[in-house]
Amino acid sequence: MATTDIRITGFGGQGVILCGYIIGKAVSIYNDQHATLTQSFGPEARGSACSAQVVVSDSRVLYPYVTAPKVLLAMSHDGYMTHKDKVAEDCVYVYEKDLVRLQEHGPKTTAYGIPATRIAEDLGRKIVLNIVMLGFFAAVTDVVPHEALRQAVESSVPSGTEELNLKAFDKGYEYGVGLKEKAELKV
Amino acid sequence: MKADPNNVLTGAHYLDGNHACAEGAIAAGCKFFAGYPITPSTEIAERVSRRFPLIGGVFIQMEDELASMNAILGASWGGVRSMSCTSGPGFSLMMENFGLGLMLETPCVLVNVQRGGPSTGLPTLPGQADMMQARWGSHGDYEVIALAPDSPQESFELAVHAFNLSETYRMPVLIMTDECVGHMTEKVVIPPAEEIELVEIRYSSKKPGEAWPFEATEDLISPMLEVGKGHKFHVTGLTHDERGYPVINAEAQAKNVNRLVDKVNKHAEEIIWLQEKDVEGADVVVMSYGISSRVVQPAIMKATKEGIKVGQIKMVTVWPFPEKRVAELAEKVKSLVMVEMNLGQVFLEMDRCAKGKCETYLVGHAGGTVHNPEDIYNTIKEAAK
Repeated sequence: MATTDIRITGFGGQGVILCGYIIGKAVSIYNDQHATLTQSFGPEARGSACSAQVVVSDSRVLYPYVTAPKVLLAMSHDGYMTHKDKVAEDCVYVYEKDLVRLQEHGPKTTAYGIPATRIAEDLGRKIVLNIVMLGFFAAVTDVVPHEALRQAVESSVPSGTEELNLKAFDKGYEYGVGLKEKAELKV
Repeated sequence: MKADPNNVLTGAHYLDGNHACAEGAIAAGCKFFAGYPITPSTEIAERVSRRFPLIGGVFIQMEDELASMNAILGASWGGVRSMSCTSGPGFSLMMENFGLGLMLETPCVLVNVQRGGPSTGLPTLPGQADMMQARWGSHGDYEVIALAPDSPQESFELAVHAFNLSETYRMPVLIMTDECVGHMTEKVVIPPAEEIELVEIRYSSKKPGEAWPFEATEDLISPMLEVGKGHKFHVTGLTHDERGYPVINAEAQAKNVNRLVDKVNKHAEEIIWLQEKDVEGADVVVMSYGISSRVVQPAIMKATKEGIKVGQIKMVTVWPFPEKRVAELAEKVKSLVMVEMNLGQVFLEMDRCAKGKCETYLVGHAGGTVHNPEDIYNTIKEAAK
């Protein structure tokens, strides 16, 4: 049973939970694997550091919580600082470059940063920053196929906003592909 | 009777356990919901409140849980499938009128998304410590039916099943889920309406004046009386006769209360639903329910790999308790292990039914998170010695 743990963190309102929801949906609805999403509830989900966790597996997920995530997707410095050390030794950090000040990490880890907020602002709506992050995530990790994730974005965002969100997704993806093509940034 | 296609969201969805539970209830034809919001159950009410206007259901946010429970009983007597949901503190408040529902033999479904207790406890974290409250939380003698889903998929399926059981045995049925399952999002496949079998409300075919709400029948389950058909009848929480009128003496009490108890006990074998795996020839059998029945599996796999003969029983129904099966197993196995998110509640039932014929172990904790599979594994190892 191969499982991949993913943690998404940020502050409440950034779309942290939706990010987790879209990843889980992409995996289980559009890629025929299993994905269990759990999330932080309570006051932290409403403004301060919050997190969503997705366990991705080839077979049914038996233990629902994330223990040592293989991917940490960080959209805020607070969330990043809270979770950065509780990860797998070969963790891939996927972070918002302008919001997270990257620290030293273990030799087997990799980190990919993107100015997702600025990209979202350029698209006219800061709110799609989480979708930019998802496109970026699709490019720099191999957890979920790009097309499955894109489909999940399309079917999960409010109707009427699909075009904007897919544009945001594609922008993030392009940025990630470009970054991958350059020398990988090791931390 | 098949489900109404207008109510069923056929297809593959990515839903949390609470939303899936609401969809199960709606698929089962639930058209009345009364409740009072409480974490971690509120998403059920939210979902229902959004869906009901589209399908002609009635949603009421009541002033409290006491009123909520009463309202769903009233709706049920009005001929509508009804439900409510709550968690720990709200479940405590519903207990008196849950008993009224049992006494009035009123079909309805009550969901308890369990959180850590006692009192306000852990509103946002899971527990399974209301299991004995489910069994004995209201006053007096009675039997209950309680189901425990382990996933959003099962939350959907067991919601349908709960309504079917409530109509079959004419009584409130409990879904004892927990915060982890309620807030966990997974793929939920909702089948086409024609694949969802529903038990119809059983109405008396007798004429007004000849039919009574608590008519003695051989199977101990009276048909309901349909409103608007000219039946004039009375139901009360007081000890009553077949007609529903109060009779305050020991004889009527014996008849009334024994019937509530016997109606479940005599059908226990039909109601009890266990999912067994590798139980034959096992030295250790691990029993669990709800989310705990998932978390035990990595531990069982690890122990099996090491050559320990471990079986698993997942209790889809926790109440009525599988007394007979546990007694049988106790004669055959070295040990029975109960894994639950409390400090030993259903464990006591297992231990009682084993009657000292085998060792019994509890893997329990006070709630707040699911079990660490390593703790379960260590107990299995100990139990196999």
